[in-house]
Amino acid sequence: MGQNILEIENLSKLYRLGEVGTGTLSQDLNRWWAKSRGKDDPYSKVGQLNDRSGNAKSDFVWALKDINLSMKPGEVLGIIGKNGAGKSTLLKLISRITAPTTGEIRAKGRIASLLEVGTGMNQEMTARENIFLNGAILGMSKIEIRKKFDDIIDFAGCAMYVDTPIKRFSSGMRVRLGFAVAAFLEPEILIVDEVLAVGDAEFQKRAVGKIKDVSNSEGRTVMFVSHNMSSVKNICDRGIVLKQGQHIYSGTANEAVDFYMSEYSDLATAELALRDDRKGGTHFRFSQLSIMDNNGRQTSEAISGESLTLKIDYKKLKNLSLDQGFISTVILDKYENIVAVFRSDEMGFTLKDNSPAGSMGSIKLEIPRLYLRAEEYYIRLIAHESRPRPDNVLDYIDNAFQLNITAGDLWEIGSPNKPGNSSIFPASYSPV
Amino acid sequence: MKDVSQNNEWDLLIKPKRKWLDLNIKELIKYKDLLLLFVRKDIVTIYKQTILGPIWFIVQPLLSTLVFMFVFGNVAKLSPAGLPQDLFYLSGVVCWGLFATSFTQNATTFITNMSIFGKVYFPRIIIPLSKVTASFVNFGIQFLLFLLFLSYHLLTGTTVEVSQTGFLLPLYMLILSGFGLGVGLIFSSLTTKYRDFKFTIEYGTQLLMYLTPVILPLTKVPPKMQLIFKANPVTHVIEAFRFSFIGEKAGAFSVYGLGYAAGMTLVILFIGFIMFNKTEQNFIDTV
Repeated sequence: MGQNILEIENLSKLYRLGEVGTGTLSQDLNRWWAKSRGKDDPYSKVGQLNDRSGNAKSDFVWALKDINLSMKPGEVLGIIGKNGAGKSTLLKLISRITAPTTGEIRAKGRIASLLEVGTGMNQEMTARENIFLNGAILGMSKIEIRKKFDDIIDFAGCAMYVDTPIKRFSSGMRVRLGFAVAAFLEPEILIVDEVLAVGDAEFQKRAVGKIKDVSNSEGRTVMFVSHNMSSVKNICDRGIVLKQGQHIYSGTANEAVDFYMSEYSDLATAELALRDDRKGGTHFRFSQLSIMDNNGRQTSEAISGESLTLKIDYKKLKNLSLDQGFISTVILDKYENIVAVFRSDEMGFTLKDNSPAGSMGSIKLEIPRLYLRAEEYYIRLIAHESRPRPDNVLDYIDNAFQLNITAGDLWEIGSPNKPGNSSIFPASYSPV
Repeated sequence: MKDVSQNNEWDLLIKPKRKWLDLNIKELIKYKDLLLLFVRKDIVTIYKQTILGPIWFIVQPLLSTLVFMFVFGNVAKLSPAGLPQDLFYLSGVVCWGLFATSFTQNATTFITNMSIFGKVYFPRIIIPLSKVTASFVNFGIQFLLFLLFLSYHLLTGTTVEVSQTGFLLPLYMLILSGFGLGVGLIFSSLTTKYRDFKFTIEYGTQLLMYLTPVILPLTKVPPKMQLIFKANPVTHVIEAFRFSFIGEKAGAFSVYGLGYAAGMTLVILFIGFIMFNKTEQNFIDTV
């Protein structure tokens, strides 16, 4: 157990931007003609720089730079990062789909990768043929595959359709079959990329269970890429964070998720001072809204079933004696239905602030448990001079903040709850 | 990390640059089941959802033979006198077919398999090898058809001579498919970067066919054109095949010709493998 099963040393991958647009000989001739006249490469704009904000300064970009990593049998590693951080490139290099520019990867045993759904499935062939094909792609013999065949069919739940071509399968069945093949063919290293994003909740739950099983009882190594932070926390032992192709953090899965969320805290803050799509705001003005997790760190994502704190900053523009100020925070879904209202007047909080013009202040709203399903929500902020009435509004901002809630283990059963717009209440089922 | 790696036995080592000819035979043997599955897939799925099914294997050469008999045999009168036309054209079509399928099936390997190459690893050369194996099967069926025609002519007493050089059939097959594979591998690397070559494949093979003795015996080729015909390795094999199974009026057996064809095939195959090997490492970044 002490020995590494996978080692990655100084791994880098360079992409040439100019080549991205290459398709036909005429384009290359065109490029050569432009260059010979001292003009810019007409196709180089196609490429994108890895930090995605500015223009490319050179023709080359490091999709991955100097990655060092080692894994032991039975470990589950979560790889997190924004789109374009290099997660998929890393998995592609390990799965030998493209060659690295520098560095080395050393591995023991078979590597099975599940990059996207239905990997290596032939549409014309039946489920049975596809299972054998996929097993053979992993370098397994027919006998080895035959031993696992029934388990795979069982997990995928497609016993009736074993001899039906894959093209007639529903997309959900294809996903289940693809996952089952990769998970049951017992690779020493299993690479899973965003597969849990598809399929229904029941499949996701079983898939998570299978991944845990594969690592715990069978001692296999799993590399897991996901944008779903709660499944990373749930499945992985360790986590690494990639940013612009570089390895910027590694630690336990929980630490890595926390680090990632705080790294992107710029998404967690909305500047409100300069917004002009507001009502009021002449005397009292909301200036900033940010969200924080239970450790008081700024975060970009709220998790269903976990705590959330909203920090509301304001500024007084004119002299105004507030003895009976009230704040209302409204959460709306994307169809503009109100799903929750937090009125400070009914919650027994009064804002008292008699400081002079130009002074600033902050209030926080603490929600100990977020009883909302994973979805996009919007926050509306309202301040009233006294008991809320339509004619005493101090400031009103609709759509002050987009609150992204990701699914979490709200019911404490070990798997994330379903997404959706509805709110949830604390409740439980039991036999009478 | 470094000191651990010293005493470890790694199954897999991924490095940036590979040797320019990197054929891992051990790995290929491990993947032999995959090869067989691909061959099966190629043969079975091509005629799935067709009414005639596997009959298509023989319909194509039969139709071409009929057309050639009508156009070149009866209208243009190019076929050699005193020989059964059906055997003459069928032999050309069947031999050409082995080369042409080996070539066209492999010429777009990277483009057609982009989706699977982009997601899973297996030795990429498995795909061309499976195509060649499938074209052997195809050839086998068509050769049986040819034997059927041949035996009819033998029984009815037509002037057909079968000679001992017929035992060299495996060599003929290897040269035809090997040359097709070699050119196919070269094209597969080119088509990855320049799609222009894709359009030349179908048309080019058709044109090239008229530069081989498929439709007329080498003896009827104008002297100026002889060299162009003889530069093509396929020419020598078709000639030898016809000599072996129809007789000396249909074609000539030349040891030098076959030697040239075999040598040329090896050179082209070698170049093809190198180009394929170079392309497979990074092609997914450029397609």
